[in-house]
Amino acid sequence: MGAYILKRLALTVPILVGLSIVVFAMMALIPGDPATAILGAYATPENVERLNRQLGLDRPLVAQYFTWAGNLLQGDMGRSFALNRPVADEVFERFGATLVLAGAALVLASALGLLAGIISAVRQFGWTDRALTLLVLVGVSTPSFWLGLLLIMLFAVELRWLPASGMFAIYGGGDLPDLLAHLAMPAVTLAVVAAGVIARLTRTAMLEVLRQDCISTARAKGVAERRVIYVHAFKAALVSVIPLIGVQAGFVLGGAVYVETVFQWPGVGRMLVDAIARRDLLLVQGGVLVVAAFYVLFNLLADVAQTLVDPRLR
Amino acid sequence: MTCRRSALGAAPVPAPTPVPATAPAPATALLGAALAAALSVAAPAPAQTPPGVLVVAQIAEPQSLDPHAVTAVNDFRILMNIYEGLVRYAPGTLEVEPALAESWDVSDDGLVYEFALREGVSFHDGAPLDAEAVVFNFERMLDEDHPYHDTGPFPLSFFFSAVESVEAVDPLTVRFTLEAPYAPFLSNLAYPTGLIVSPAAVGAHEEDFGRNPSGAGPFRFVEWVSNNRVVIEANPDYRDGPPDLEAVVFRPITDANTRVAEMLSGGVDVMVEVPPDNLAMFEDDPRFDVHEQAGPHLWFLILNTREGPMADRRVRQAVNYAIDKTALVENVLSGTAEVAAGPTPPAFGWAYNEALEPYPFDPDKARALLAEAGHEGAELTFYVTEGGSGMLDPVAMGAAIQADLVRVGLDVTIETYEWNTFLGRVNPGLEGKADLAQMAWMTNDPDTLPYLALRSEATPEQGGFNSGYYANPEVDRLLEDARRSTDQDERARLYREMQAIVQEDAPWAFIANWKQNAVTSAKVAGFELQPSFFLLLRDVTKN
Repeated sequence: MGAYILKRLALTVPILVGLSIVVFAMMALIPGDPATAILGAYATPENVERLNRQLGLDRPLVAQYFTWAGNLLQGDMGRSFALNRPVADEVFERFGATLVLAGAALVLASALGLLAGIISAVRQFGWTDRALTLLVLVGVSTPSFWLGLLLIMLFAVELRWLPASGMFAIYGGGDLPDLLAHLAMPAVTLAVVAAGVIARLTRTAMLEVLRQDCISTARAKGVAERRVIYVHAFKAALVSVIPLIGVQAGFVLGGAVYVETVFQWPGVGRMLVDAIARRDLLLVQGGVLVVAAFYVLFNLLADVAQTLVDPRLR
Repeated sequence: MTCRRSALGAAPVPAPTPVPATAPAPATALLGAALAAALSVAAPAPAQTPPGVLVVAQIAEPQSLDPHAVTAVNDFRILMNIYEGLVRYAPGTLEVEPALAESWDVSDDGLVYEFALREGVSFHDGAPLDAEAVVFNFERMLDEDHPYHDTGPFPLSFFFSAVESVEAVDPLTVRFTLEAPYAPFLSNLAYPTGLIVSPAAVGAHEEDFGRNPSGAGPFRFVEWVSNNRVVIEANPDYRDGPPDLEAVVFRPITDANTRVAEMLSGGVDVMVEVPPDNLAMFEDDPRFDVHEQAGPHLWFLILNTREGPMADRRVRQAVNYAIDKTALVENVLSGTAEVAAGPTPPAFGWAYNEALEPYPFDPDKARALLAEAGHEGAELTFYVTEGGSGMLDPVAMGAAIQADLVRVGLDVTIETYEWNTFLGRVNPGLEGKADLAQMAWMTNDPDTLPYLALRSEATPEQGGFNSGYYANPEVDRLLEDARRSTDQDERARLYREMQAIVQEDAPWAFIANWKQNAVTSAKVAGFELQPSFFLLLRDVTKN
């Protein structure tokens, strides 16, 4: 197990190096350059050249890449010229915010999805099952930016229970209740689709397990029905649900870009969109690298978790 | 004061009066509603903004608070309240008046400007604002060997590229010597690039000065929490008396719908750049005031005068007649712009030619001109951008313009590009690529746009923005003379004459002048938008 994890970790190094080269080349190939983006209407060739010199962008691309890589090895990710601050500060701060949002959404989606899936399976074809199936269908089909705006209109504008946007209050606040108040709407918005997908799969997995002999045996032995469902059947179904939750984690991270925009959540998705528009090369590099590294890590964790739950994989 | 990196940092402004938490209703049938309510049990209801503190919704996170390092109006809105320059625009105009400098003299040849500074002014960090400090500011930007030149970059330093030297004559007198007469110099000093920063703060923070700003303006910097807020507070020692507001909080809210929602829910007191569709709603609501102000902005089409049908002046005039500009500003832009008459926006009151009338919408005249020129049914390529600084609603506007041109028999093909890509295609010139291209400019002096984009010596080959290759020796002469003249009335006369000629020659299709808008809550008083598009909060009050 330890050797397996080490091997997987070692494999991420060439992945990240390759990725950084691709991103660097892509940013160089797309039209437009940082100096033009900064100068806008004033981007005369003369002004662009002068600004490129000040930004250190007049050197050959390969040289720029090696300088960046060399600095990275010493823990320096460079400086964002659009934000005038170190890339590392910005990336980790923004990535932290995304993790809070995506993490909350994933926990919420898993809890709701599993619960709804189990209830649906137990009450198969009953009215609860039908209502839940309908709700799941609505959830999976709702565009998140639209749902987000509706929630804002209801809870922030009409009822004034929750703040409309941001991660913390701009005065006072800054504590956990403040964070939760700001987190509620974006987390729900982000969780809805994933919850629907998880519910559907849990329902299928549970139905499959409930038909198996071990469940009949348990019931024949007189185990309480609650226990049969929530312990015996659910544990067996979890094996096929966990990898799905791993996949959903990826979707939630991706979907966070829209939700971050609607709710002004200071996450890494919006940061990357802005950085690309401004041709802020080092910020794009740093952001992509950190996101990719964590993505690889999450996949690894999901694989390890599955191994631990399912004795057959050990 | 250092910048707090953690968004959990202590609150910088007086704690708000707590509003009792409303008990959320029990879970409803809606899954989302139930969850939101459940999560909010422990949370206080969002408070109204505290009294004396003005919360402003900005359109983006600022890039820097170093006025010499930035180019965006979004940043200028903060900077104009922290810093002051030697001169400034008089309220409601684009005419220069004294600020840190009490008065100034210009030599007869227009080469030497001598400014007398006000006595007893100091920066927020306590250092005196004297002639040496002013010299430091300009040398940092202009002299590549200056010890703090590497605290840049300084993208707009070319505003002062005419400056040959700047020296401190005595502690309260600064002398600028120019290489050649350059009349827009004063106007450029009134721009944010001319704001005066504290040399001591630059020395202390170096490249991080942009996050630890110190100036001599009516407000001083408190903190910048990334992606959350920039806070400034009243400067009790401001030379003209402290402002009434205790503090101002700038919040970056990039999504326009979210900005509107924050305004409606009471989370902000001021929002700028209101989407046109929402203006009517705010106008009808007594809780809000709507403000509008035309600015030095021009939205136009560059026409390729070097080749193809547009080389013929009659075709260019036909394009101007064919476009229904009133419909564009009323319908596509919901009244957030006015129809433009010529190359100079009316906001430059002193230099604007009042006699000019916009080209009327006259498709028959357009057809007649096309027939006369023998270019009926000409095939044209039209560059459209997806968005960009000052471009308003370019895709919808492009489609409407295309429809107007098709109606007079022209065969117009649109090519759409992302903004930076678009600039990369248009700025090098339209030759061999397109017949028409969208463009918008916002400038601070009537010289800037025509000098950079209409002179025959300003073609892209020569480093200018005349991407349509317009050339008229008379226009060249008028612009050169206006630049050399130090007499404002004489300059105004030259610019008015230039506008009449350019309108007749029609190197561009003149479309719209944008009106900046803002919404304030009814509690806010003394708020006024400026033609410069700066946000000046010195005289704003909040009850």
